[in-house]
Amino acid sequence: MLSILAVKDLVKHYPGVNAVNGISFELHKGICFGLLGPNGAGKTTTVEMLEGIIAPTSGSIRYRGAPLGERFQEQAGIMFQTTALQNFITVRETLAMFRLLYAHPLPAQDLIELCALGHFLNRDTGQLSGGQRQRLLLAIALVNDPEILFLDEPTTGLDPQARRNFWDLLARIKQRHKTVILTTHYMEEAYHLCDEIAIMDAGEIIAEGTPQALLAEHYNDVVLQLPREDFPATDGGLAATVLRGEQVIEILTADVDTTIRRLVELGTPLNRLVIRPRTLEDLFLELTGKQLRA
Amino acid sequence: MPLKPRRFLAILIARNKEYWRDRAALGWSFGFPLLVVLAFGFAFSGDTLDLYKVGIIDSADSRQPLAFTDTEYIQFIAVTSRQSAVTRVERHQLDMLVEPAARRYWINDSSARGYILERVLRGSGGADYVRQTVSGREIRYIDWLVPGVLSMNMMFSALFGVGYVIVRYRRNGVLKRLKATPLSAFEFLAAQMVSRLWLILAVTALVYAGTDMLVDFRMFGSYLDLLLVFTLGSVSMISLALVVAARVSSEELAGGLLNLIGWPMMFLSGVWFSLEGLHGWVQALAQLLPLTHLIAACRAIMIDGAGLAEVSGQIAALLTMTLIFLAIGSYSFRWQ
Repeated sequence: MLSILAVKDLVKHYPGVNAVNGISFELHKGICFGLLGPNGAGKTTTVEMLEGIIAPTSGSIRYRGAPLGERFQEQAGIMFQTTALQNFITVRETLAMFRLLYAHPLPAQDLIELCALGHFLNRDTGQLSGGQRQRLLLAIALVNDPEILFLDEPTTGLDPQARRNFWDLLARIKQRHKTVILTTHYMEEAYHLCDEIAIMDAGEIIAEGTPQALLAEHYNDVVLQLPREDFPATDGGLAATVLRGEQVIEILTADVDTTIRRLVELGTPLNRLVIRPRTLEDLFLELTGKQLRA
Repeated sequence: MPLKPRRFLAILIARNKEYWRDRAALGWSFGFPLLVVLAFGFAFSGDTLDLYKVGIIDSADSRQPLAFTDTEYIQFIAVTSRQSAVTRVERHQLDMLVEPAARRYWINDSSARGYILERVLRGSGGADYVRQTVSGREIRYIDWLVPGVLSMNMMFSALFGVGYVIVRYRRNGVLKRLKATPLSAFEFLAAQMVSRLWLILAVTALVYAGTDMLVDFRMFGSYLDLLLVFTLGSVSMISLALVVAARVSSEELAGGLLNLIGWPMMFLSGVWFSLEGLHGWVQALAQLLPLTHLIAACRAIMIDGAGLAEVSGQIAALLTMTLIFLAIGSYSFRWQ
């Protein structure tokens, strides 16, 4: 399959800072690619180089086999982490302005329906709620019916309901076979939306693949969680790694049957036992040793 | 540089809407110049000097003592150019002009002061002098001030309306968002320039009309010529603003730079007072400022009734400066 975007040995140095240190990857058409990492990992710098907003120090970015150019600008949709819109302009007028900037824009009504803008079309863009604003910014990113869509932390700062709504919206966009590049530090978001992910830390990609493959590659165990007060005084013979938190104790084990049998032998009450699979968050913590939202 | 009309129009329309809906800024654009003209008009409306002013054409070869020149309470001013002095009599800037060598004098037939001075001259050694009369309405300070204030307002509107706004767009990310579209820098800058240009011209026309109703100032030239000079002057000031806004991303720095340019221009370009009495180096410096040439051309058209040919020097200076500013501004422009 032909890659829609190919990145090779991408480097960005700022005075005193190596923001991105020689990363390479290829994206195929129609996938949702997640770039994960803590603040300062180099996600936004990477994405802004891919978007053509900042110039790389070295390395190459090719869109459909050619360097970024006019064709890319006509076919890329971009939603920045923070964007100001012109003051004193309504949502409808903002859409109209951005539609005029592209040669083949989507009909305004399609964008309004897709991003559910109908209720606040005549509102000044300065008076939108966080969720409404993100939906408008997404509509702007979609105004040219892009082949490739960049979303830089699109749900940061949204309440859980607005975030869920945004995910539903993205799911609808994915159905249109758009290639999506998403940066996030919400692992749940990446797991829900992304077909492939790359985890970045300190300017480098430290793991890459589908979420399921990455988890399978790194883990063959699951996590058993017990409230601290239910956990036996002695964990002799558990044959598992035990992580002691303030409230909860986590037992990492590949043999759930044996571990539970041993817990029963130790007289452990299991009514409040939770068994959960390994998550991307676990993987990230293990790979980087950092809290994702640090 | 290709310019796609629809992209240019997109930015032009949005910027115009933003401007017209920002009531505070809009009120300031119209109100400020009107207030300045009114304030100065009233401040200088009284006869601040009760002295009579008489121009004496000095000719070294046939100097004859004239008792008239010893009269008290008359200010005698030596003049060298008969033509420009006669014009000053026409405008009531001189109450009388005397040429002792030719034994003749000029007065304005509609000036009461001219009549009184004529009586004094005849009674103090000038009985045989030949009378020449000219006619013309008085040119007041306000007539002289209006072209300066209109031009100054154009300058501030261009500098801050374009320079400050582009820097604000850069700082808050509007430019970054636009950079991510096919819009070219040329299209963006052209839209900013055209949007501000027609706003400046519209505001200036309204302020012009409003001021004229209030103080009835003089306009002897062609309105078309004046419009051309106003347009060229505005484009020149906007181009200067583009130089300031090319890279700066701090509004504080931009404000400082714009004031650094605007205030000296306001004082050195002859808005409030004539540059004639100033030091040579100040006058030379003033020639480097676009506002100086704009004001000089406007005054020549409005007060002297000059045509385009007579202000061609100012037009050439403004054109040259505009091209230099545009070249620097567009070459050094950065979205971020």
